Amino acid sequence: MDLDWMKIGQAALLIMFIVVLWPAARWWSKNSPKAEQGDWTAALLPLLGVILFVALLVMMVRS
Amino acid sequence: MALSDRDYMRRQGSVAAVPQDAIQQGALATNKVLRNTYMLLSMTLLFSAVTAGISMMLALPPMTYLISVGVAMIMGIFVLPRTVNSSAGIGVIFAITGLLGLGLGPLLNVYLSLPKGPETIATAMGGTGVIFLALSGYALTAKRDFSFLGGFLFAGFMVVLIAAVANIFLGLSALAMVVSAAVILLMSGFILFDTSRIINGGQTNYILATYGLYLSIFNIFINLLSLLGIMGDE
Repeated sequence: MDLDWMKIGQAALLIMFIVVLWPAARWWSKNSPKAEQGDWTAALLPLLGVILFVALLVMMVRS
Repeated sequence: MALSDRDYMRRQGSVAAVPQDAIQQGALATNKVLRNTYMLLSMTLLFSAVTAGISMMLALPPMTYLISVGVAMIMGIFVLPRTVNSSAGIGVIFAITGLLGLGLGPLLNVYLSLPKGPETIATAMGGTGVIFLALSGYALTAKRDFSFLGGFLFAGFMVVLIAAVANIFLGLSALAMVVSAAVILLMSGFILFDTSRIINGGQTNYILATYGLYLSIFNIFINLLSLLGIMGDE
């Protein structure tokens, strides 16, 4: 019973968060500045680094 | 300063046409916001660690996590925006981060009771620190404006939140892993986005800047802990 209420509470919090964030998400979708040449590469490279680093951490915990 | 230095120069036509005083003032204002943000961020992280420690010592029940995060979220949405331009904003940001730290206590106690739990917590903590420092350093030195990521990050976050709501009831560990990995990536993107906005003058309020960066760090830690826990068979 407690677990059910925890689940409902968690879901309610996340749904509230979605509702509150929705206008900001719409605003940024419409008004984000356009990427200039090389911007996406510059953003994706460090994110690729994060993926590799997390994979390394996972391997460390599994070993 | 409402415009970023780069936009200011672009609108003026050339760098030579920009008065040197305007450039210097803009750079000084940016440095001040950046310095205040990192100072407040380190103090709020320290405060969270203290409240998490207290919560662990008191062995608060798991429900504490939900209540603390819920109250912190409500304060972040409704109270913080009204107080960011006054000294009360500092008190509110400490209250929010203190509550989030308090909520971490029961979660950390659960991990500590597992065989490889302390190791997992230490790895998640160290990993979060490395990710934050590396991405902040990159955003500070890359001299690029990452605000173009805004639409992509917010849209991605919406999708992940919907998947997270669904998984509360589905309880699929594969989906939990995907959600955790996606949140880590999105929050990493938000670190680039937020840091770049501070540097380029898009964010001039250091309390809001601290709040954004703190939430990214908090979410990376929680989700890295969850991912390492699942992958480490915990």
